[in-house]
Amino acid sequence: MKEVKSQMSKPVAVVGTDAVAEAMRQIQPDVVAAYPITPQTAIVEAFSQMVANGEVPTELINVESEHSAMSACIGSAASGARVMTATSSQGLALMWELLYIASGLRLPIIMPNVNRALSAPINIHCDHGDSMGARDSGWIQIFCENAQESYDNTIQAVKIAENSNVLLPVMINLDGFIISHSMEKVEFEPTEKVSKFIGTYEPAYTLLDAQNPVSVGNFDSLGGFYFELKRAQEEAMQNAFPVVEEVGKEFSQLFGREYGLFEPHYLEDAEVALVVAGSAAGTTKHVISQLRQQGLPVGMLKIRLFRPFPAEELRKALKHIPVIGVMDRSLMFAGGQGGPLFSELRSAFYELDNRPSIYSIVYGLGGRDLGPRQIEELLRDFLDGNTPEDICYLGLREGENNQ
Amino acid sequence: MMKKWEIKNINNWSWEEHPLGGIIPKAGNASTYPTGGWRSQRPIRDEEKCNDCLLCFIFCPEAAIAATSEKIGEINLHHCKGCGICARECPREAIEMVDETEAQNNERGEKSNV
Repeated sequence: MKEVKSQMSKPVAVVGTDAVAEAMRQIQPDVVAAYPITPQTAIVEAFSQMVANGEVPTELINVESEHSAMSACIGSAASGARVMTATSSQGLALMWELLYIASGLRLPIIMPNVNRALSAPINIHCDHGDSMGARDSGWIQIFCENAQESYDNTIQAVKIAENSNVLLPVMINLDGFIISHSMEKVEFEPTEKVSKFIGTYEPAYTLLDAQNPVSVGNFDSLGGFYFELKRAQEEAMQNAFPVVEEVGKEFSQLFGREYGLFEPHYLEDAEVALVVAGSAAGTTKHVISQLRQQGLPVGMLKIRLFRPFPAEELRKALKHIPVIGVMDRSLMFAGGQGGPLFSELRSAFYELDNRPSIYSIVYGLGGRDLGPRQIEELLRDFLDGNTPEDICYLGLREGENNQ
Repeated sequence: MMKKWEIKNINNWSWEEHPLGGIIPKAGNASTYPTGGWRSQRPIRDEEKCNDCLLCFIFCPEAAIAATSEKIGEINLHHCKGCGICARECPREAIEMVDETEAQNNERGEKSNV
């Protein structure tokens, strides 16, 4: 990819992984430590080429596992570097214990994660089970609808993570294959403008400052301060709400694309609404727009920020809608609680006297396709009052006469 | 908001007062944090056998044995973990490892006899 020299954005046709790699090139992280082969995606492959071609001065560390990748990221970030990596599915699973260390040490590491299924059975396709499993690891999580958002969110993530009131790692989730491997039109912004937007990084502490020595990753002895530090982490998550909004506003002003905590679509007078995260939001939006043309009162809300979970704002945006379907591309295996998005959204409405009816729709596990017709049928059923008694498994092969 | 880092007060700090990410922004503070309580054996040095060769001072992994002017000084029991390396390395068998509980009982006995 050739660098964009002008002050204008430049539309290009790229796959999602190339869009993210270009964002990484423009961010110019000091260090990228990554595992170079499967389950890694082409993000790191493309970025490695940029480093090899001298297009970006990043120190690229190829490591022997995702566990080591995140370990190297933590070490680099603690030394004061701006650090990025990327991962997917099993790779994220292998990083698990380090995820908590990155957030616990308050290191603003940026990590695009290509959402793909966790084994078993072996499946390499889109599924949110990987990042949903890491939802309590103290990372900020942002979901993307398409390649453009993956590019934009990766850039914004730097500014969110490094904000002095936040200082938490950020995971940018983009759907495996549907976004990562599909070619789309993406507007790349001029590198200079991106650099100016994200600014320079001033680490809160660094291991390399000999004048101000610090020790990192200390032992809390017996009940010394673990509880207090976890409470402080929760506060940083709360602080992230206004920061995500401010960064989104600033980004919109500079680059002309709007970003908030979530994206509403025809919610004002909707009688039925769907809540969706990831690429399925694009499909749903298309269906909603079509049904609106036929005069049907349907709407949707696209989740952007999943961690921290903007419960209050979601409640405000959805409380007037009588019937809400929450679409999860993962399961909690909690014996009847549906998916994590459903569970959290439903609990956000608990305090209201007049609560909407909220239904769990599980779809697309292991990359099972979700087409516009399925969404349309679902919405029409909901409008007709045919709501599911239990969790709705959309697209699941069921029954003896399944043809 | 962040307090001046002083380990002895750490258990009194509210969650808002801790340094970011639980870092310790001050070097060389291990001496203020007693860790000798883990010890099950205590080294006792026989001053008559000892010829101040300083091997124990060199080998002690906790820097718990003081040496000044080429003489062995006190063994710092606030930091000695009782590993016994000093006793093992001493060429003159001048250091004996004794049971910690017994040593403490003896100390108490000595005090009560006074």
